[in-house]
Amino acid sequence: MPKRLPVYPYVWRLPLLIWQGLFFVGPLILMVAMSFWLVRNYRMEPAFVFDNWERMLGRDYFWNAYFITVWRASVAAVLASLIAFPASFTLAFRVSESARRWAIFFLIVPFFTSYLVRIYAWQVLLAESGPINAVLGMVGLGPFTMLNSGFGATVGYLTLVLPLVVILQTFSLASVDRNLIEAAWNLGANRRATLFRVIIPAAKVGLILGLVFAFILSFGDFVSPFYLGGSKPPTLSILIIDTTKSGQQWPRAAVVAVMMIVTLFVVAFAAVGAAYGRRK
Amino acid sequence: MSNSSFTLTRRRLLAGAAGAALTAPMINRAWAADPVTINMLAWYGHAEPDMVSEFEAENNVKFVPKYYAGGDNMLALIAQSPPGTYDIILSDAEFVQQLNAAGYIEQMDPSLFPFDDFWPEYQKFPGHWADDELWSVMVRFGLLGVSYNTDTLTREEAMSYNAFWNDKVTGKLGHFDWHLPNLGQISLLMGNNDPSPFDIDDAAWDAVQEKTLSLKPQVGGYFDYGGTFASLKNGEMLAMAGIGDWITGVLQKDGAPVASVIPEEGGIQWTESYSIGKGTDKQEIVNKFIQYMLSPRGQVRSIQMAAYPGLSPTKSGWKAIQEANPAEAERSGLIEGHDQSPIKLLNEKRIFFRDIPQQQSLEDWNDFWSEYKTA
Repeated sequence: MPKRLPVYPYVWRLPLLIWQGLFFVGPLILMVAMSFWLVRNYRMEPAFVFDNWERMLGRDYFWNAYFITVWRASVAAVLASLIAFPASFTLAFRVSESARRWAIFFLIVPFFTSYLVRIYAWQVLLAESGPINAVLGMVGLGPFTMLNSGFGATVGYLTLVLPLVVILQTFSLASVDRNLIEAAWNLGANRRATLFRVIIPAAKVGLILGLVFAFILSFGDFVSPFYLGGSKPPTLSILIIDTTKSGQQWPRAAVVAVMMIVTLFVVAFAAVGAAYGRRK
Repeated sequence: MSNSSFTLTRRRLLAGAAGAALTAPMINRAWAADPVTINMLAWYGHAEPDMVSEFEAENNVKFVPKYYAGGDNMLALIAQSPPGTYDIILSDAEFVQQLNAAGYIEQMDPSLFPFDDFWPEYQKFPGHWADDELWSVMVRFGLLGVSYNTDTLTREEAMSYNAFWNDKVTGKLGHFDWHLPNLGQISLLMGNNDPSPFDIDDAAWDAVQEKTLSLKPQVGGYFDYGGTFASLKNGEMLAMAGIGDWITGVLQKDGAPVASVIPEEGGIQWTESYSIGKGTDKQEIVNKFIQYMLSPRGQVRSIQMAAYPGLSPTKSGWKAIQEANPAEAERSGLIEGHDQSPIKLLNEKRIFFRDIPQQQSLEDWNDFWSEYKTA
């Protein structure tokens, strides 16, 4: 009697495959194809020319925007991970189960409001005439220029990613086997050694995921560098907007977008390798 | 017993109901019919109630706006829509020729519009006429110069584009993020006023680029429409290049200490014009609307448009605003002989119509603007 095909697991996988095919792979293929198209009289025409690639990759402003975007996203990811870690550690090891649940709830609450609204609120707070400078002024400091700067953009990135990084780190640290920590103590490891040689390696998947998510979200963000960074200098997402506004050059914008996706793929694969790679 | 002078008895109620039933058919059928929809493609604000509600009520029409941001965006929206999608198109004047060349607009009948009432300087606006054929009608305009925080710079200091290099605004100079007005202003500063700051040879273009790059240390940011408003209002930016009273006029009404002047080197004029969309079957009512907007009451609304103020190209428009709102007429220079009167400035050759680059491609200017932003 022939063996029956295991249909059940495939049926459950199907919606995900259809979703990914329709809303990720399909648009991705279209975008790559579009990067070879031409614009004539403000209309896109299918073609297969390399003009858009030569033009965008041959311009200094593209590479300036590329490197500033990579730099700012890296800074935001590292800062978010470093700032998040003490909080995550406390939530994972130092508070009760109930307190942790409440803390996670409050970390999710910021996502109930629009990110754009939160950024507009930061515009008020960071302004030279805003409340932060007013408070600093009371102790004889400032005023500091925080808005329309790299600092402002970084504040925006952290607004976007910090709660998420704390949540990911907390879940990861909370799931570290307590027996490992006890074993480390029993074997005479001090706090520092326990942290760096037991806890962090055991939680590294979550820690790296937090870092990578922070990078990915910051790398593609348009709102913070535009509204808090003053487009000074423009990041790749701002360059996409500029390119589409000027002459409706969607194919050239597609070149920028493809370069962004390639970069994120490289970062994501490197992160997966680092997170799940075998230890020597 | 009621003390009221009017008591609703059953008889009165029946009489009233009968009267209402009998008079209902006498109500103009037009008001019972669904309003005619007019699709408008325009900059933000032009189909808002402060501009069109009166005309809508009088003519039983309803404007349905599609707002764009920039001439390129406008051309793309038309290119991607079937003919007849837009009944009326409000465009920047420098894009009318492209609209016409692409066949997106209908020819217009000059006899329908009060050109005799226009200031002579605007009766035959460049690009709107082709061999005495009319393709677009100018409805409003504004001037771009030096916009500044009045607590930081004096009017005298602002009377030159060199104000952008003033130490008082280091790190606090904003750019409205569009290359044409910004580079046009630097071109004027470099003395390119004959024939136009947009009609310059390659040597002059190189000099404009070099001068613009020297402005970089002053720059605090590059802003869209909303960001320009916010940064000037909260004092983050103390001067702004590429704009004029269309921004500061709105902020002044809110009490912000900002102003705009046309400096000695000259200013740039933006111009907005109505065209009739190709393939529309509503030409008659669209023409009527354009006539309304050019009438004194339409011009008063246009001058005081909530989204951004504009100036009037008609003599009767100036007279109407002087009567309706003398303070606004004074503020915007819509008084003959006023030192910021647009007609006076135009005759002194201190106003130049915003245009696309004549000797370089638009792409060249745009590319340089991107380089400047990342420099």
